[in-house]
Amino acid sequence: MYRGQSGQWSWLLHRVTGLGVLLFLLIHIVDITLIGFGPTIYNDSLAVFSTPVVRVISLALIASVLYHAFNGLRIILIDFWPSGYKYQRQMFYGVLALSVLSFLPMAFYVVAPIFGSCPQGNCPGLM
Amino acid sequence: MATQSSAGTSVTTYGATARPARGSTAWETFSWYFFRVSGVGLIFLAIIHLLLMHVFNDVSATGYNFIVQRYENPFWRVYDLLLLTLALFHGLNGLRIVCDDYIRTRGVRLAVVSVLFLTALTFWLMGSMTIITFQPGHTISQTLLGLLGR
Repeated sequence: MYRGQSGQWSWLLHRVTGLGVLLFLLIHIVDITLIGFGPTIYNDSLAVFSTPVVRVISLALIASVLYHAFNGLRIILIDFWPSGYKYQRQMFYGVLALSVLSFLPMAFYVVAPIFGSCPQGNCPGLM
Repeated sequence: MATQSSAGTSVTTYGATARPARGSTAWETFSWYFFRVSGVGLIFLAIIHLLLMHVFNDVSATGYNFIVQRYENPFWRVYDLLLLTLALFHGLNGLRIVCDDYIRTRGVRLAVVSVLFLTALTFWLMGSMTIITFQPGHTISQTLLGLLGR
C-alpha cells in the first residue's frame, strides 16, 4: 500500500494539491478584499484572472480541487467503511478517473475564451 | 496525535491512522473530525462555487456589478462566509500538519504554528469583513464610517 505504490502517490498528491489550493485561497481572499476599494480597482484585478496565462494556471487549481475533493471522499470511506481499506487501490483509480472526467468539460469552459469562443454566452473579457 | 515510543524516539502519525488513535489529545481528535466534516461540506461548497464562477459564468463576467446582483440575496453572503471559513481553517490546519511532519524542533514548531494561527485569523477577518460589509457603491471605509455614525 505504501512505498512507491498507490497509497504513497495518493497521499503525496493529496498533500501537494491541498497546499496549492490553500495558496490560491490566500491570494483569492486578497483579491476579493479589493471589492471594498470600489469598482475600478476590483474590475482591474478581475481582468488579471481573465488573461490567457491566468486561465491556464486556474486549470491547475480546478484539477487540484477536484482531485482533493474526490480523494478526500476516498479517505473518509477508508476511515468509516469497515472494509474500505481493502478497496483503497481501486478507489484511487476511481478517484483519478472521476477527476479527469469532471476536469475535462470544466477545462473546456475555462480555456475556450482564449480562442475567442464563449460557451457561457457571456464573456465581456472577449470584447 | 498518536505517539509511539520505541527506543527513545517518538513517531507522530496524524492523518495516517483510521480514526484518531487512542491517547490522542482532545484537540487532535477534534482536528481529525473537523477535516472530515468540513471536507464533506467543502466538496459541495467549493465545486458549486467553481461551476458558478467558471462554467455557468465566465470569470470575466463576475465583475463588480455581478457581485452587486449576487449579494442582493443574503443567501450568497452566508454561502461565501461558510466557504471562506471552512476552506481557510481546513487548509491552514492541513498546513499545520505538514509543518508538524517536517519540523523536528519543538520551539520552531510552536513558532510556526503560532504564525499559522495569526495568518488564519488575519485572512478570516479580511474575508469575512468584505463579505459582510459589502454595500453597492460604497467603499469599505465609507461603510465603516457609516456604521460608526459619521
